[in-house]
Amino acid sequence: MEKKDLICIGCPLGCMLSVEMNDGQVVKVEGNTCPKGDQYAKKECTNPTRIVTSSVMVDGGTIAMVSVKTESDIPKEKIAACMKELKGIKVSAPVHIGDVIIKGIADTDVNIIATKEVALK
Amino acid sequence: MKYDIVIVGGGPAGLAAATSAKENGIDRILILERDHELGGILNQCIHNGFGLHTFKEELTGPEYAERFIEKIKALNIEYKLNTMVLDISKDKKVTALNKEDGLFEIEAGSIILAMGCRERSRGALNIPGYRPAGVYSAGTAQRFVNIEGYMPGKEVVILGSGDIGLIMARRMTLEGAKVKVVAELMPYSGGLKRNIVQCLDDFGIPLKLSHTVTKIHGKERVTGVTLAQVDENRKPIEGTEEYYSCDTLLLSVGLIPENELTNNLDVKMVPVTSGPEVNESLETSMEGVFACGNVLHVHDLVDYVTEEAVAAGKNAAKYIHGEYKKGTYIELVGCDGVRYTVPKYINPDNMEDVVTVRFRVGDVYKDSYVSVSFDEKEVIHRKKRVLAPGEMEDVKLKKEDILAQSDLKKITIRIKED
Repeated sequence: MEKKDLICIGCPLGCMLSVEMNDGQVVKVEGNTCPKGDQYAKKECTNPTRIVTSSVMVDGGTIAMVSVKTESDIPKEKIAACMKELKGIKVSAPVHIGDVIIKGIADTDVNIIATKEVALK
Repeated sequence: MKYDIVIVGGGPAGLAAATSAKENGIDRILILERDHELGGILNQCIHNGFGLHTFKEELTGPEYAERFIEKIKALNIEYKLNTMVLDISKDKKVTALNKEDGLFEIEAGSIILAMGCRERSRGALNIPGYRPAGVYSAGTAQRFVNIEGYMPGKEVVILGSGDIGLIMARRMTLEGAKVKVVAELMPYSGGLKRNIVQCLDDFGIPLKLSHTVTKIHGKERVTGVTLAQVDENRKPIEGTEEYYSCDTLLLSVGLIPENELTNNLDVKMVPVTSGPEVNESLETSMEGVFACGNVLHVHDLVDYVTEEAVAAGKNAAKYIHGEYKKGTYIELVGCDGVRYTVPKYINPDNMEDVVTVRFRVGDVYKDSYVSVSFDEKEVIHRKKRVLAPGEMEDVKLKKEDILAQSDLKKITIRIKED
């Protein structure tokens, strides 16, 4: 039996959740005051994911950096690998929202896409 | 130059106000923006979580801005970039300055104030010490990292747990800096819960509530800071001092509406919000001058800024069309935990079927009630499981209910703890 404590982000109440795990499975959630807490705890303890946002350098654009994001959420433990791969990446202007900057980041099938329009200087 | 509506500021508030005015039949609209692009602060807010209410999807700041910029272009709304507004006169003449036109004046039928807000700086905090490099507001650091491509430092302490501070704790960490601690003067965080979890807990960054910076060390460059716990009067407790070595201190200690132009106009201001007093139409005490977004009161969510700005644009259009009525005003009063209300007055003749009244509370309340009274009669008694200063609240008032109460003078909004 393994115990984990976390804070629910379902609403401003921020319930302190205490989760009991067995064999990688959630067996008990306590401290939640609504079903949202239960769902959040289960997802967060078995398959936590995040959208990662960052910015990369642009050559010849009106600004020096273009903001980017993972097209969908990636496993939380892949965040560091994702950031490492983004380091040193340079794209050329013009850049459009939705342009694929990196295909399949950190051994996932999730692309890194641009989230800002950068025009040629 | 003559325009029906001049909008000061091309951030989320200005853009939404402009599209709304246009959609309500006004053609001659001009947006004046001091930056080199439209979108305002959204351009540097590259994290996601914007637009859940407006677009029912999670967008990053630049994406949210782009939705409106595209609309501005599709609707052929005029705008001037790199343009600084210097003065607004009482007869609605706007004086502005840029490189192409020089100094110029515009006659406006109506003006929408959408200048946003700026960050409280070190000077407002009275932290003793030298003035070394390495002390930045969180928003300045955000601009450096996300737009200019510079890292402000390697070892960071953050004072203030407002949302920008929390977002920057994560951002600096992802870019390789070591964020040692976030200190918050109050016994609760001013930021959204999800930011505390996803920006601090995810990276094991400690949040120290009821703590403040009592000294900044270093002469040329920050070398460290001293943190101390504070008592219930927010005074540092002797003996609790702790030294943290760092090369950077980020300040996320509050936002102040940018109302210099408004002050010159002599409109009535609300001390609590540092924004102008407005009526149900978001019109200031000066006829035909409207305000929306963070210049009016600081918001937590851009979605609410958009909603407010859409209303301001629509009302300015009504004013230009001459559909605006003079009438008697009902005053709104916030008390017993409600720090302010926007709007401050309601003229039922000009109100839409429903008017949204936004407010903030002054403390954390659990299992309490938001109570609304028409004069002495309580008309709304709504249970809230939690109310916090960091989360803006609202109540919706119906026109039919207001008209049903004859000779209504005052609407009171308060928090009841039983």
